[in-house]
Amino acid sequence: MNAVTAKKGFWGTVWEYLTTTDHKKIAHLYFIGGGFFFVLGGIEALLIRIQLMKAENDFLAAQTFNEMFTMHGTTMIFLAATPLLFAFMNAVVPLQIGARDVAFPFLNALGFWLFFFGGIFLNLSWFFGQVPDAGWTSYASLSMDSSGHGIDFYLIGLQIAGFGTLMSGINFIATIVTMRAPGMSFMRMPMFTWTTFVASGLILFAFPPLTISIFLLMFDRLFGSQFFNVSMGGNTIIWEHLFWIFGHPEVYILILPAFGLFSEIIPTFSRKRLFGYSSMVFATFLIGFLGFMVWAHHMFTVGLGNVANALFAVATMAIAVPTGIKIFNWLFTMWGGSLKITVPMLYALGFIPSFVIGGVTGIMQAVAPLDYQLHDTYFIVAHFHYTIVGGVVFALLAATHFYWPKMFGRMLNERLGYWTFVFFFVGFHMTFFIQHFLGLWGMPRRVYTFLGGQGLDLGNFISSLGAFFMAIGAVILVVNIVLTTVKGKKVTVNDPWGDGRTMDWAISSPPPVYNFKQIPLVRDYDAWWYEKMKGNKELPPSEPLQDIHMPNGSIIPIFISLGLFIAGFGAMYVPSNIVGDGSPWGVVVLVLGLALMFGSMLVRSLRDDLGYYIRKEELEDDVERGGKAI
Amino acid sequence: MEKYSQREIEFRFKKSREEMRSQFISFGLMAFLTVISFIAVGVGFPAQFVIPFLLLLAVIQVLFQFYYFMHAKEEGHGVVMGFMYSGLFTAVLMIIAFLTIIWW
Amino acid sequence: MSHIDLTGKFTIHNWPERPEIATQEGRNKLVGLWLFLGGETVLFATLFATYLALKNRVPDSSHPLTQDLYSLPLVFVMTAVLLTSSLTSVYAIHHMRNFNFKGTQLWFAITVLLGLTFLCLEIYEFYHYVTDYGHTFRSSAFGSAYYFLVGTHGAHVAFGLGWITALLIRNAKRGLNLYNAPKYYMASLYWHFIDVVWVFIFSVVYLMGMV
Repeated sequence: MNAVTAKKGFWGTVWEYLTTTDHKKIAHLYFIGGGFFFVLGGIEALLIRIQLMKAENDFLAAQTFNEMFTMHGTTMIFLAATPLLFAFMNAVVPLQIGARDVAFPFLNALGFWLFFFGGIFLNLSWFFGQVPDAGWTSYASLSMDSSGHGIDFYLIGLQIAGFGTLMSGINFIATIVTMRAPGMSFMRMPMFTWTTFVASGLILFAFPPLTISIFLLMFDRLFGSQFFNVSMGGNTIIWEHLFWIFGHPEVYILILPAFGLFSEIIPTFSRKRLFGYSSMVFATFLIGFLGFMVWAHHMFTVGLGNVANALFAVATMAIAVPTGIKIFNWLFTMWGGSLKITVPMLYALGFIPSFVIGGVTGIMQAVAPLDYQLHDTYFIVAHFHYTIVGGVVFALLAATHFYWPKMFGRMLNERLGYWTFVFFFVGFHMTFFIQHFLGLWGMPRRVYTFLGGQGLDLGNFISSLGAFFMAIGAVILVVNIVLTTVKGKKVTVNDPWGDGRTMDWAISSPPPVYNFKQIPLVRDYDAWWYEKMKGNKELPPSEPLQDIHMPNGSIIPIFISLGLFIAGFGAMYVPSNIVGDGSPWGVVVLVLGLALMFGSMLVRSLRDDLGYYIRKEELEDDVERGGKAI
Repeated sequence: MEKYSQREIEFRFKKSREEMRSQFISFGLMAFLTVISFIAVGVGFPAQFVIPFLLLLAVIQVLFQFYYFMHAKEEGHGVVMGFMYSGLFTAVLMIIAFLTIIWW
Repeated sequence: MSHIDLTGKFTIHNWPERPEIATQEGRNKLVGLWLFLGGETVLFATLFATYLALKNRVPDSSHPLTQDLYSLPLVFVMTAVLLTSSLTSVYAIHHMRNFNFKGTQLWFAITVLLGLTFLCLEIYEFYHYVTDYGHTFRSSAFGSAYYFLVGTHGAHVAFGLGWITALLIRNAKRGLNLYNAPKYYMASLYWHFIDVVWVFIFSVVYLMGMV
């Protein structure tokens, strides 16, 4: 039962990952799963750009193009960006607050497996040849009209993945509320923990509307309800509202942790305390709060009326204030600091101007009358890629380099890292800067081709070329990861960057299964930096060395997720489905899948799961095994 | 593990009985509020009065549920009640939007 | 406090005053469950919003509207049953905190019976609407929204019944300990929340539907 001492073969390792409830291993799983879907979404993006490289191209058929941009958007938001952020939250947050694990290790594993099975479900649509084709927003008027099961794959896949995300959100809030080490008051929490906290709050309140809106559409398509059937009294605007009540907070769910990652990286490599910590916390809350009152700015052209448009326009512009506070705080952190230009820091430096561009174009769109002009053009595409790629993806790439030693115990190659940055940064601006102008020149988004000689040819060509640059950058990163894993030098110190500030850098890389041999005592903000400045080599302990309680691993999360996955296929083929290819077997499969899910839950509930103890004596001679925590 | 003496336990039972009495009183109040709201509709007061009145009574009932039946008045509920009220805020915002700008 | 034997033998003499949060697991669960209920609040708000937007939206005048359908006496009985079940689960927790295992099991069993009564009444109500009025999940947008809102609440009741029943069975031989005390407490919180939602359903759906 003792995970510290056990040595395992290949299948032993696989089994360990399948049953793990350790937040550090779940972080690996999220990283691998999210990374896989990120590559998939990237390939889809490349195909889109190849199609748009020249006028009247026939590389992709119109229908395939629709499927491609739908799957690109859906994959990137739900299956790549969110899980990759969860990877870093899982890897870092418990360490930053001085905890041994998250509040609910079992739910943590369940959250991952639900995300994974949901992602697989969605992408199985490619093998069925019936792919979602109504855009990642899947507006009901369009998606009710879509033939085949594409939309059903979208709905059920996202429903399953969404349950997982909601669970993880609750888990992180509970962890941060109840599991902080002694002395770690709220106002001493590292910024990444704060942004995880607020983003998880947004998940908690934004995902239920998504769940319901997916159910509405699912019932309409599969069970014959009338929510969006106008002739039966339905209303398709309901979908738009619900989707954006979820969708707008969702982009803040992505960007807030990204802000948090940069708020860790910038002070570390400026070797200076984060400027304006409390205003950062305040700004994070304000962004989270305002994020719930701006959804209708995606719907200015629906015709909600001038009063509604004006209110939502003003609320949207207000978001620039807390975001501006953050930008200035980062700049002031660097001001007068002793900068060390590492790969993560390069991304941080690239992020600030890129994100500001994305923010400014956001304010332009917040002006409702102007939005009538910009709506559904490439200007919008440029804007949100500047925020999501320039903000979130840069943060993810930065964090990959920054936290790689902490997660995997090896340093990524710095030189290859620079090349990734150069190709990705240049490619990113090439791809998307010109798209602002393409939009202003009148190119609508989501069209599979354009006519030549209308002034759009060169712009599109540059944009596509940029996409290849980004792809080269991504390939270099993959090569870097493979090389590092195969023959990279092992990290032997706790704090490989030398300037770590938070408690994650006070323990070995990667940390032992129990993280902290003794739960530390936090004496100031930036606890590890504080101890270093005091000349201490270790964090002060808050408890005597004693037996450590650890949660048991479990295979049940996979069975629960598998049950839901099977039930999803059943639901798709119930007799009442809109496609007309249902059969009573669909109901049977649906019931069997749900039975497997609830049965697994019941098995979990009926047994006593008391965890196990790592005994004090084992801890004492664990020093040479890299388990030196305190 | 802390041990309780007989006297401490008797004191605990006494407190517990008192608490149960207040629970019972809040149950009585909630039942009363329920009856009032059914009567208000049954008697047929005008809608402009009945609708806000019903909402007010519902909110009071829910507060009783939260703070008495669900023990939210006991310590250790600060943060979670913060989240609960944020959720209620989101809820109210959404319902207002669906009553006003659903574009009929 | 290295080894607490959560499933060991307890007596009233070492039973903590608030057993549900005496352990780290219990404290985590308390926070986690309340957060879950916060999410459920928004989930039900979405259903209410959808219902209010689609209330009385029917294709033609042959379809029944709120005033034709709802019968307040039945709703009143259902409300009374569910509110009482809320009180009985308070009793169960009262006994749990006083280390009275029999009392806990008994009052939760009564809660389950009341919940079952409520569920039967609701099924009767739906059956009545479907057979006597042709008001179904598929007959109109109003029907879809009504059954989705009230049915989701009903599904929560059913899930809660399964939850509490499973607890009663699993603990019948084990007795009270610090491992299952939080389980009882969380089930009761969930059960109260079901009543909270019902307060709004009878006010907003039924009573306001008759105004």
